[in-house]
Amino acid sequence: MNQTHRNNTGAGSGSFKSYATGFVLSIVLTGIPFILVMTGALSHSVMVFCIFAAAILQIIVQLHYFLHIDTSSAMYWNVVSLLFTFIIIFMFVGGSIWIMYSLHYRM
Amino acid sequence: MFGKLTLSAIPYHDPIPMGAVYGSLLLGMTILSLITYFKKWPYLWKEWLTSVDHKKIGIMYIILAMVMLLRGFSDAIMMRAQQAIALGSSQGFLPPDHFNQVFSVHGMIMILFMAMPFLSGLMNIVVPQQIGARDVAFPFLNAVSLWLSVAGALLVMVSLGVGEFSRAGWSGYTPLSEQAFSPDTGVDYWIWSLQISGVGSLLTGINFLVTILKMRAPGMTLMRMPLFTWTAAFTTVLIIFAFPVLTVALSLLTLDRYCGMHFFTNDLGGNTMMYINLFWTWGHPEVYIVILPAFGIFSEVVATFSRKKLFGYGSLVYATAAIMFLSFSVWVHHFFTMGTSANVNIFFGISTMLIAIPTGVKIFNWLFTMYRGRVRVATPLLWTLGFLSTFAVGGLTGVLLSMPPADYVLHNSLFLIAHFHNMLVPGVLFGFMAGYAYWFPKAIGFRLNATWGKLSFWFWLTGFYLAFIPLYILGFMGMPRRMQHFDNPAWHPYLIIAALGTFFILCGIGCMLLQLLVSIRDRHATRDVTGDPWDGRTLEWLTSSPPAAYNFAVIPTVQDRDAFWDMKETGTAYRKPDRYVDIAMPRNTVYGLAIGGLAFLFGFAMIWYIWWLALVSFLGVIAVVLARTADDDTQEVIPAAEVERIEALRRGGA
Amino acid sequence: MQTQSLTMPVNAPEEHAGHDAAATQALGFWIYLMSDLIVFSGLFATYVVMAHNYAGGPTGKELFHLPDALLETLLLLCGSAVFGLAMVAMHKGDKRLVLAGLAAAFLLGLGFLSMEASEFQHMIRAGAGPQRSGFLSAFFTLVGAHGLHVAFGMFWMVVMMVQMAAKGLTGPVQSRLMRLGMFWHFLDIVWIGLFSVVYLMGVL
Repeated sequence: MNQTHRNNTGAGSGSFKSYATGFVLSIVLTGIPFILVMTGALSHSVMVFCIFAAAILQIIVQLHYFLHIDTSSAMYWNVVSLLFTFIIIFMFVGGSIWIMYSLHYRM
Repeated sequence: MFGKLTLSAIPYHDPIPMGAVYGSLLLGMTILSLITYFKKWPYLWKEWLTSVDHKKIGIMYIILAMVMLLRGFSDAIMMRAQQAIALGSSQGFLPPDHFNQVFSVHGMIMILFMAMPFLSGLMNIVVPQQIGARDVAFPFLNAVSLWLSVAGALLVMVSLGVGEFSRAGWSGYTPLSEQAFSPDTGVDYWIWSLQISGVGSLLTGINFLVTILKMRAPGMTLMRMPLFTWTAAFTTVLIIFAFPVLTVALSLLTLDRYCGMHFFTNDLGGNTMMYINLFWTWGHPEVYIVILPAFGIFSEVVATFSRKKLFGYGSLVYATAAIMFLSFSVWVHHFFTMGTSANVNIFFGISTMLIAIPTGVKIFNWLFTMYRGRVRVATPLLWTLGFLSTFAVGGLTGVLLSMPPADYVLHNSLFLIAHFHNMLVPGVLFGFMAGYAYWFPKAIGFRLNATWGKLSFWFWLTGFYLAFIPLYILGFMGMPRRMQHFDNPAWHPYLIIAALGTFFILCGIGCMLLQLLVSIRDRHATRDVTGDPWDGRTLEWLTSSPPAAYNFAVIPTVQDRDAFWDMKETGTAYRKPDRYVDIAMPRNTVYGLAIGGLAFLFGFAMIWYIWWLALVSFLGVIAVVLARTADDDTQEVIPAAEVERIEALRRGGA
Repeated sequence: MQTQSLTMPVNAPEEHAGHDAAATQALGFWIYLMSDLIVFSGLFATYVVMAHNYAGGPTGKELFHLPDALLETLLLLCGSAVFGLAMVAMHKGDKRLVLAGLAAAFLLGLGFLSMEASEFQHMIRAGAGPQRSGFLSAFFTLVGAHGLHVAFGMFWMVVMMVQMAAKGLTGPVQSRLMRLGMFWHFLDIVWIGLFSVVYLMGVL
């Protein structure tokens, strides 16, 4: 079970258990996509999906277990700014890919 | 030893740059001699150069902005003069090579070294006071930001006399800005001054966002914050999320130029259009970065000088939030003609049209604030009225341009130039001039002369119309931007009127300078003894003018919006407290100035390929940072007795 | 008689001020990390756009060695976890364990960087350096930028070890260690994106 201690910034800090849990989950979520690609076991589009799903899950795992992101009030602005950043990244990277692909197609 | 730098980098044979160089050196020498003669170096060092006081830093930012306004405006005069005469057989006085540098440096200075420092300065002076705080979250970083901006500006100024500036426009489009087509130092000056001052801007963004989120006085919820603080908050968000993209664009261009990579080259898999995409991903939020603080200033001014609370506070906040969000979604409108598909252009055309709506909401809010208010047309309000009428015209032309088919005809014509100057001059500049007039007494301690202020405004307003309405017409007539010479005589009369407009604006600037001199001369008569010269509504008017180092002897408790107005109405504004407490404030430090100086050397070294100097100055910055973190004694305590003495002096009206 | 409230009473404990300062510094640093995330997303966007600009030169499939990438990933992951354990030790006040944790994280980072340097060197020797094509410029810059951040983090670790030795686990030192931890974990998170988009997608 995960015990959140509060450190002097008010944010949660880890216990040995939480870091260990995060570490093990990360190993699994790293191993899956690597093994899939290295063995070429599945079809192309399924593998792409697995790579991105594993990446997103591992990012969430590390955000929670290593960076102590949770829904506590001490973390409020951290979560808000993180979500905002994700929205901006989606618009910027997604938009850029759409724009540049469109240019590539037409030129 | 000196890299590519040789004595031939100095433009001995060009009279205009040499004239500017001699003039600047003479002016600089005179100022330094006067300081020495009046033995003011210790004062300057202690009170200003090593200060981490946000109010002093703000004033220094505004001084930088004013100086760079003069420089950027001299470029404007040169361009208008050139275009007024360079018809047919006349080549004017600026050869193409020079003309291209002039328009490049004009745009860069006005946006990056006039508007950005001006808004940083106003935010610095005002925001901590408006939220009832004693300082910003990170005072040392605040000083670092200032001196990095100065370093960037200094690099641009040095380019006048040592080497040359970029000819690739303020936007530095590839492949023109690549090594193959711009092999000289010009683009490098542009890159490094932008990168260095960009770090300063990013730090300012982080600093002020954390300040606003974490350091508000008790009782000041977000929805009780003044509008200028709200717009400052949104501006910082834009800075934090946009400037990194500029860093990327410039860094990749740097790698192309210095290391022979192929991001934006024409060959070996480069994609020149990706630069434009990256640049404008930053560039669009950037123009909102400069306008949002101006909107905040207008909100404050309109309420104060209508003696009425702001109409639709909530809708103003939400409208600004909408503008902030949408500004990340419109950037393709800067390159509709680059060749993306109709779907891409339609999406960004619609998002561009949408962003006009919240701005319209704000304009109505300001008008309704004045309606049935007891309006006093002081100088700040005059600038606001000029903005309200003129900015709307520019906004309409923006909606026109947001339609891709229309933009295909008008892109890069003078219509575009007229549109964005219509946003930047009546919008940004008038807003900052209103803020300058409004907060000058608070920052400095005496009022600005109103007569010269109003005269300056009328010259600026008339000058703006004369200089830019002809450009709209010329755009429709097909004249492109950035022309050093032209052959169509039908364009000539409009260009002459535009040059006349520039002359009017010059008079407006002259009035500003005279206003300053007259105000300093009359300062004893116009001293602000109460701290509240305009009968203001927000907390900055609670402090003395200028405020004590700690701003508030006792941090106020906020009960409502327009916190100070509320305190005045309930009689709690100037109560003497039972006792005073010791106040801890950050100490002065030379490290901010040192980092700025080293950054300047680093930039100069990178530009001229003086690798040993680049390494030494870079390591120097690291060393200064390490020294700073090793220092545990960065605060000093102002004892309660001293606070009491200062407050008693203030109450005595001395 | 009404008096205004004093928000900083004379006898306020030092810790209160320290608590606020640490929280403020942590938030400021977090927001800086958000801006750094935007830098990386710009580099990612550029990489994705130029991912096939081989200019007749070598492709990712030909160049990338997944077993090496996996090992690099594990080194970084272990470094991140170890740093977390060092933070647990810090909250317990165990200075020796913190120093050991930092040293271990440093060595793991060093292992990561040496593998990466070796990979770069091989590619450059094989004529697949960053000047060869747009794709390779983007690859070297994206992966290299991450590597530079790792190197900076390692330098910061050394500085912290020196500060810990000199001053002990003071409030400011602990606050800085927290921020270094945020930075180090952040770099591991960016690497997740990197190995997924560059290496795994690159060989598919």
